[in-house]
Order: sequence, then C-alpha cells, then structure tokens
Amino acid sequence: MKSVRIAGGLGFYGDSWQPIKASIERGNVQYVASAHLAKLTLAILQKDRQRDPNLGYTRDLAPMLLDLLPIAIPRGVKFVLNAGGLNPMAAREILLGTLKKFGMKLKVGVVLGDSVLERLDELQEVGVSLAHMDTGADITTVRDRLLFASAYLGARPLVEALDAGADIVLTGRVADAALFLAPMMHELGWRWDDWDKLAQGIVVGHLLECSGQATGGNFGGDWRSIPNLAHIGYPIAEVWENGDAVISKAPGTGGRVNFDTLREQLLYEVHDPRHYMTPDVDVDMTTLRMEEIGLDEVRVTGAKGRPAPEMLKIVAGYEDGVMGQAMLGYAWPDALAKAQLAAEIIQQQMIEVGLKTEEIVIEYIGYDSIHGPLADPTHAKDLNEVYLRIAVRCTDKKEAAKIGRLFPPLALSGPPFIGGAGGMIEPRSLLGIWPTLAPRTVIEEYIRVSVEES
Amino acid sequence: MKKQLVELAHARSGDKGDIANIALFAPDQATYDLLVREVTTERVRTHFAGIVTGKVERYEAPNVLALNFVLHGALNGGASRSLRSDALGKSLSSALLRMEIEV
Repeated sequence: MKSVRIAGGLGFYGDSWQPIKASIERGNVQYVASAHLAKLTLAILQKDRQRDPNLGYTRDLAPMLLDLLPIAIPRGVKFVLNAGGLNPMAAREILLGTLKKFGMKLKVGVVLGDSVLERLDELQEVGVSLAHMDTGADITTVRDRLLFASAYLGARPLVEALDAGADIVLTGRVADAALFLAPMMHELGWRWDDWDKLAQGIVVGHLLECSGQATGGNFGGDWRSIPNLAHIGYPIAEVWENGDAVISKAPGTGGRVNFDTLREQLLYEVHDPRHYMTPDVDVDMTTLRMEEIGLDEVRVTGAKGRPAPEMLKIVAGYEDGVMGQAMLGYAWPDALAKAQLAAEIIQQQMIEVGLKTEEIVIEYIGYDSIHGPLADPTHAKDLNEVYLRIAVRCTDKKEAAKIGRLFPPLALSGPPFIGGAGGMIEPRSLLGIWPTLAPRTVIEEYIRVSVEES
Repeated sequence: MKKQLVELAHARSGDKGDIANIALFAPDQATYDLLVREVTTERVRTHFAGIVTGKVERYEAPNVLALNFVLHGALNGGASRSLRSDALGKSLSSALLRMEIEV
C-alpha cells in the first residue's frame, strides 16, 4: 500500500530547526511541513511590514532553508511552510533570490488570499457581520485599531501548488494541520469527501504541528523519564492510503513518542474533541485509537470525519494598549514580606505621580507569579528569595514607561537586601485578538496559487 | 480518603484567544471513571476562582482516558494582551493538579 512520510518542522517563529536535520538525514521523509505562525507572530510581522513593505514574512525562512536544503535536495525532500506570514509574495522573492544566489534550481509555490484586512468592507457588504465569535461583540469597537485579519485556509490551494510541481510551498495563514494534509492529498489520491481519511490526515497534522510537544517536550507526565531533551527528535508520520498512520521520530534522537506524549498533544488547544473544526473536515477524535507498536512508534487509526464547515475562521488582531513592567528581587529572611512592602510603596507612588493605568498585575516571582491565587501559601514564610513584578496596562508607551522609573530608588530607599535589578524593561505593545467567521465561498474566491522556478 | 490530582493524573493546557483548555489524563480505566465522577465542571470552576472569569465546559475523550476542560475568560483577555507571567496559560494544567478529590 502506498504511503507518505512527513516530518514535523517548527512549532512557532523562533523554534529550532536543528532537529529537522535528523528527520531529513535519518528519518527517510519526503516532506517537511513547518508551522511558523502563532497569533502573536502576525502582530510582529505587521509591524515589520509597516516599517518596510518588503517584510511581513517570518525571517527564519531563508536561513532555515539554506541550512536544510543541502541535505534535503539530494534526497528529494519537499517543504510546505506558512512562513509567508502577512506577505507570502515578499517571502517568495527573498527565497527565489537566495536560491539563485546559491545556484539551487527549485520550484517555489505561493498561496495567496488568506489576508482579508483590505476586504473587510466588502465582506460586510455581502452580509458578513464580523461579530466576535465567542462574545458576539460588534467589530466597530476595534475596527480602527485592526492590524491584520487573516482567514484560516484549508489544504486545497497547497495541494494545487504541489500538483503543479512545487518543491517548496509558501503560504500565509492556513490551518496548521493543513500544511500536513496537503502532501497526503497530493501523494495518496484521497478525495475531498473521503471524510474519515481527511480526519486521519488532520489528526496526524495536529499531532505534528507543535514540534517537540509530540515527542516528550512540555510533557506533563513523568517528564524525568524523557531521555535526551537536548537532542530531541521532532515527530515524523508515515501515513498510508487507507488513512492509517504511525508516528515516530528519527533514530538516535532524544525525546519519546508513546501513548502518553501523543495523547497530550492530541487534545492540545482542542475544545470539543468530537468536533475539532478545520477548513477541510470536522474531526471526531473520540473514535481514534493510539497503540504503541514499538519503542517510539505509535499507530494512529480510526478518526472519523464529517463534512467540512460552511464557515471559515478569521482571526484579526487589534492594538490593545501597552504593557509597562518592572522587577526587583528580595532575599531571605522575610523575602515575600519585603517584596509586599515594596509593592505598597510603588502603588502609593503610582497614585502620586498620576500614572494612568487600566489594569495592574502584581506578582511575586518565586511564590505566585505562575499559579496566581492557586499558589500554596504554606510556603510563603521561608522563601529564599522573591522577585516583585508589577505590570501595568496603559494607553500609550510614554505612560507605560513610568512604572520602570519608580523601581530604581527602591534600592537605597526601600526594604533591605535586593538583587537582580536588571535595568529597565521596554514597554511592549499589546494585541487584542478578534476571532470571527465568514462563509468559505467569499474567502475562497480570492485564493490564488502560482509556482515559479528559481 | 482525599488525594491530590497530581498523584493520579497528568495534564496539558493550551490557549485560544481568551479561552484555555486543560486536558486531564488518567493512567487507567478505574482512575478515568473516578475523574469523571469527581472532577466536575462545577468543581473546576470553583477551583479556578480568581483566574477564570467565564464558564467552564467539560468534554470526555474515553478513548484516550482524558477529560478536556474548556475555561472561558481564563487568560486575562488572551496571551497577546495579558499582563500575566503565564500569558499562555501553560501552567494552568499544573494548577488543576493541585485539586484534591475523594478517592
């Protein structure tokens, strides 16, 4: 029976591509599918593009491919990447230029049409409300602050690029799992209404889209049992014509692929596991079977699919204020009490200097900064050290920067025994997320696919 | 007898906008049945008072011995606008494991 072997690439912009080398050299893969875009990423890319219209893609694209192509080309390994971000055409230009410079002759496909920021009026004219998907709120409240709006596309245009001979497919926003479904559709001859096979394909993509999280990274179980995380292998899937799949990783790499590491990834960022909604299929994960068939080998079968939804998800991002923050550490004895006194001093001074904030978060790092009100107070009395962190939400950068200037005087004029006064932390722009829905027909009519040789 | 969930199960959390999910995994069928009985939507909502502002939903995935909790209003407006250190809610999973249940 025919099959295809696909390697999981990055899990986000900034992730390491070193583990992909092992998948290419020793994992016998035909494709690498790589997910570069988190929601925050699009905001970063939008700022890049505002500064320079030739930016707006993830700039790890060229260095990553320059590092991987010398081992990928001799093996015929192809790439599917959403590194195009908000500007897939600019990504293609930079990539074609780089390939030419190094004498590599490859076909680069590009998928356009996910970005709908310029088309929002048109969408509203044809009756799309753009109301917030979870709260029902009206988009007019954020409309003038929008930085991007991207629809999650499915695998079809990616398959079109592969069918046209692309060695590298660049996209903007698509469902992450669609990056993986595309090579399966291209290789295995599935139909777009083979719902159960599509469901299997999406489950496999979902398992692979977060790099090391499928192979023992961020593992909530017995994390000590995961070997050699320093050289973790990223996940590899082999998927057969009938939809059955085996998840593994390259021989000699660290990490672990077993029932426990994979089931954690299966439900990661999932809401209703009976209806995992993607542009290509509505997936039921509860019929799935996962069985360990060898060391670092898990067979995945039995996902069920229902017809693809009529509506596609759009995620827009809008400017939502600025965060200012500052930190200072206090030593035993009574570290927490000292940090608490420092917090009181700062709060009084915030009022006196008239610092205008919409929200204040006070955290004691080493005590409650991660679990908040759920932190266990029985440990509070005798901590070795505690860092006070105060974060404020302000309307502008200038206001947010004021919090940092209140901290240094605490060194000589506050409670005793400080450390870790690491200087000012730059205020950071905050981004509100606006998820909404639109009929797929009005999105898909703008999808364009092209392939060009370097 | 009471036991803390950390002794019985493992968990992973993820974020989507201002909604977090926490999947709770049992090692065997008997423990899964116990979790289904004890770790109710209402108990989880109470457990996360002060962090989660909206409703809590629970989904069952018995094929992988897991309960999936969906926590609305869990992330200070969402990771990219949150002021919290754990903006992504990656540690909400371990916070759930603090819960004590009757075994």
